[in-house]
Amino acid sequence: MANENSTTNYKWVGKRTRRPDGVDKVTGRARYGDDMTVPGMLYGKILRSPHAHAKILSIDTSKANALKGVKAVLTSAEIPDHPLSQPPYAPIINDMHDISRNVMARDKVLYDGHAVAAVAATSERIARQALKLIDVEYEVLPHVLDPLEAAGRAAPILHEDQFTYSADGLSDKPSNLFRSITGQRGDLDQGFAEADIIVEREFTSEPVHQGYIEPLACIATASEDNCVELWTTTQGHFVIRALCAKLLNMDLAKVRVTASEIGGGFGGKNTVYGEPVAIRLSQMTGRPVRMVMTRTEVFRASGPTVGSRTRIKIGARKDGTITAADAETWYQAGAFKGAPVGRAAETFFSSYTIKNARAVVHDVCVNRPKVAAYRAPGAPMAAYAAEGAINELASRLAMDPVDIRIKNAVREGDESLMGTKYGQIGLLDVLEKVKSHDHYSAPLGNNQGRGFALGYWMHGGGLSSVSAHLLDDGTVTVATGNPDIGGSRSSMRVMAAEELGVDIELIKPIVADTGSMGYSHLTAGSRTTFATGMAVIFAVREIIEKLRALAAKKWRLTIDQVTWEAGQAVASSSSRGGIQSLSLKELAAMATKMGGAIAGHSEINAGGAGAAFSAQLVDVEIDPETGFVTPLRYTVVQDVGRAISPDYVEGQMQGGAVQGIGWALNEAYIYDDQARLQNTGFLDYRMPVASDVPMIDTVLVEVPNPNHPYGVRGVGEPCLVSAPAAVANAVENAIGQTMSSLPLSPPKILKRIDEAQAAGG
Amino acid sequence: MGTVTELKYESPETAQAVVALLSGVGPMARIFAGGTDLLVQMHEELIEPTLLIDIKGIPETREIDVTADEIRIGAAVTGAELGEHQELKSRWPGIVEAVELIGSYQVQGRATIGGNLCNASPAADSVPALIAAAAKVIIAGPNGTREVPAEEFSVGPGRTCLAAGEFVTSIVLPKQNQRSGDAYLRFIPRTEMDIAVVGAGACVSLNDDGTCASARLALGAVAPTAKRVAAATDILQGNRLDDGVLAALAKAANDACAPIDDKRGTIEFRTKVAGVLACRAVKIAWQRAENR
Ligand SMILES: Cc1cc2nc3c(=O)[nH]c(=O)nc-3n(C[C@H](O)[C@H](O)[C@H](O)COP(=O)(O)OP(=O)(O)OC[C@H]3O[C@@H](n4cnc5c(N)ncnc54)[C@H](O)[C@@H]3O)c2cc1C
Repeated sequence: MANENSTTNYKWVGKRTRRPDGVDKVTGRARYGDDMTVPGMLYGKILRSPHAHAKILSIDTSKANALKGVKAVLTSAEIPDHPLSQPPYAPIINDMHDISRNVMARDKVLYDGHAVAAVAATSERIARQALKLIDVEYEVLPHVLDPLEAAGRAAPILHEDQFTYSADGLSDKPSNLFRSITGQRGDLDQGFAEADIIVEREFTSEPVHQGYIEPLACIATASEDNCVELWTTTQGHFVIRALCAKLLNMDLAKVRVTASEIGGGFGGKNTVYGEPVAIRLSQMTGRPVRMVMTRTEVFRASGPTVGSRTRIKIGARKDGTITAADAETWYQAGAFKGAPVGRAAETFFSSYTIKNARAVVHDVCVNRPKVAAYRAPGAPMAAYAAEGAINELASRLAMDPVDIRIKNAVREGDESLMGTKYGQIGLLDVLEKVKSHDHYSAPLGNNQGRGFALGYWMHGGGLSSVSAHLLDDGTVTVATGNPDIGGSRSSMRVMAAEELGVDIELIKPIVADTGSMGYSHLTAGSRTTFATGMAVIFAVREIIEKLRALAAKKWRLTIDQVTWEAGQAVASSSSRGGIQSLSLKELAAMATKMGGAIAGHSEINAGGAGAAFSAQLVDVEIDPETGFVTPLRYTVVQDVGRAISPDYVEGQMQGGAVQGIGWALNEAYIYDDQARLQNTGFLDYRMPVASDVPMIDTVLVEVPNPNHPYGVRGVGEPCLVSAPAAVANAVENAIGQTMSSLPLSPPKILKRIDEAQAAGG
Repeated sequence: MGTVTELKYESPETAQAVVALLSGVGPMARIFAGGTDLLVQMHEELIEPTLLIDIKGIPETREIDVTADEIRIGAAVTGAELGEHQELKSRWPGIVEAVELIGSYQVQGRATIGGNLCNASPAADSVPALIAAAAKVIIAGPNGTREVPAEEFSVGPGRTCLAAGEFVTSIVLPKQNQRSGDAYLRFIPRTEMDIAVVGAGACVSLNDDGTCASARLALGAVAPTAKRVAAATDILQGNRLDDGVLAALAKAANDACAPIDDKRGTIEFRTKVAGVLACRAVKIAWQRAENR
């Protein structure tokens, strides 16, 4: 293990500590997006399209403007336009042309709920009334919701200026298919020829919403000298600043964004929705504008993750060696290009050393809200198909589902289909742990089934900034630019205390605004504890360095004659007769008199986040007369690198499993025949509630990441990747039938059971 | 320049005062009980009343009155209060379990049985149980008080038999036979916080010899209103609960269904599960009657 310290020596890392955000959250004092008010503020509201696909012929805002209390009415004419981005495209596109049109439709609406106009008024009630007074004339166009259909020749075209992009250039005709990504190696024909058995399946998954509990909310205050202050619920206020400034042609330095406390995001709060509109309304009225979305608006107009249609074929020898695997999948991007196709291609077969493999992933526009990130974007639906096919392979070979994975598992030095090379990984450790877990061999009752699946995710690193300050009473503030969405303040505090060798209660973790910090990328991609945590360690090490220098100055020694041990500067014995030491508190008190306040900062671009794997075992019971599924037992076994705060790591693993249960069993967007969304609330958008899920056991496998001082790996995403596949597999095993289309809702299950009975099986 | 009308709120203390307000303002006035349907509908801009009449200040809507013969439940009694009422729970466990299925702990503290009935959702959980119990709805209006059987109260989705100026003051549960029991079951794809895809309420009384003396079965969410399955009474009366009777019961429940395909379930699924739940509810009611 390439870890700097041995596990047993940690004072704070791996301990269960009091959470620094706990008191404010349980007392209701924590301020979320909607909790902020500003004197003189107006209420912003957005008018949304009732059509899935239509031309906007005209918008008449005169009646709304005339309503008492209305201060401004805005249409896309008030939002700057930007040119369409041109090939070659980046892996992740932030196309300002598209963002401009997503925040306010320009000449066409592309989904039910697409913004067409906005108002700012002195009360919410007036704002709502004003929306009703805006006359929009539409010419309704045919719509398309399914990605496979949308990619076909007969489909209605969403964007006349979008052409399919490939290695050969652009297509002649406009197309909903934006591009296709292929990961490939070996010779498929030869691979399938070597196989003794071939499984061919089709799998469908539905778009699912992140379902964060806190709806989107912001307040923008624009001033006459072109500055803006923005308060918003986001996973990355630096990204919000960048997008708003670019979209509205403003200077970055003049846009200051403060992230509110955040009530969940899961990737769904990585981009802008109401923020640019609120800024423009504030500029138009000279007053602060508050914009809070209802849950209905969140469902209709913010991004879910992709739905998918997948064809997959896998061949293996009798001994379980997979010789070839081929997948082609259509991902629906929603109204604008940008489905996570690259990550999907990478994820399909990434846990296995398959010599001959291919994954083709298509990025297709349809008349739904533009997709957003959602925990391991693009991966769970790929894993659903790949793991489902491998489970069938195992069952047809009468092989243990874990053994077939051990047989084909990737090891250090292997490469994923997209060419990512694995470093030190814990896949085999995870699989061995599954086999030895008592859940694995526990007996099952009638109508019960056990599912298993494996999930992989390659985590993000990237830009993070930290600013740490030693105060003259010996306490320390540690400011990061990352909203605390999964307990990052706790982990930052633990790492700072560990480095400094002092009590964690002396350290106050802070999420600072964009005016106070260097650039910090999103709290996303499971990157924060890894990348921002590393910056915390470096910033605190800078403080330690300065404290050693201070002590050296005091003792008239050189800095290398002073070490830092257990929260104290210590003069090395060779330099002095008796051991001398100065505590953090003593040094802090001296500092201002001996040169100035002490701070450390770090601005890094962290690399080497590495991959992690999550294996899941789940037991379900089916009511054969109604198709109702009860998840009975759930175990998540995951390589977590090093659990800085085990409570939060377990929470991530449990949360991934819970979201996966919803995804697998009930969550789906329901549209009427006009493609209007029917289930715009949690009543009919059926995420699991607490009583729907069993206690989820977690097993933390710690194979440290050599690229982090404490061995941290991302933990938030692999646990969702495997979950839908594991639950689906359990259902299949419980009813003894294959099922290939998520969600596995009771009507579908009951139908499958009845069909099988009718067929005499 | 247009203006926006303000929303008014009144909290009268007598039924007469409610009737007067309702008659004065007309359809733009709404009765406000727990508000768990009303406020949600206002929030979603499905309705835009100008006056809310809170009935919780009227004593008779807030009381549970138990006599040897019948039990009178005030229209504004909440689910949580019904669930705490021991006498009601032991006499009518099916009605209490139906009301307690509504929403969550938080919703239970506000949601009323009268509101559940008057919202007139075909999927309202308490209604099949009330129909199976042969409950009566007591209505106050400009012409005094009248009584309507629970099964005739709703006339379509969101529509009731209430005339202008009328509102519900209470619900009356009739005198029971010695050996009787009731039960309510619903199907939802989750375990709570969901709306019935199918609901089934049953009430059974037994003869001394263990055969069925009388029975009533009602289904929710499978037709425009909750619906009594009259055929079930004939199938059960005089019989024991054997496989043949259960099969006939399931068939009668299937036949009584006239559901729609919607976001909550398909016609095929609702019809099939109605039969399943009907049998299960009758079995539980039967067992409760036996244990009396
Ligand atoms: C989160 C949530 C979960 C829910 N779950 C369920 C569920 O599982 N099952 C279920 O059946 N329902 C459910 N509901 C719906 C609702 O809670 C119930 O229908 C509840 O019983 C309504 O009672 P209330 O007192 O809140 O009615 P209100 O909202 O006050 O009133 C409902 C309607 O009836 C009218 N009204 C009320 N009382 C009277 C009266 N005495 N006379 C005349 N008209 C009257 C009102 O004007 C209004 O139109 C849920 C609601 C929410 C918000």
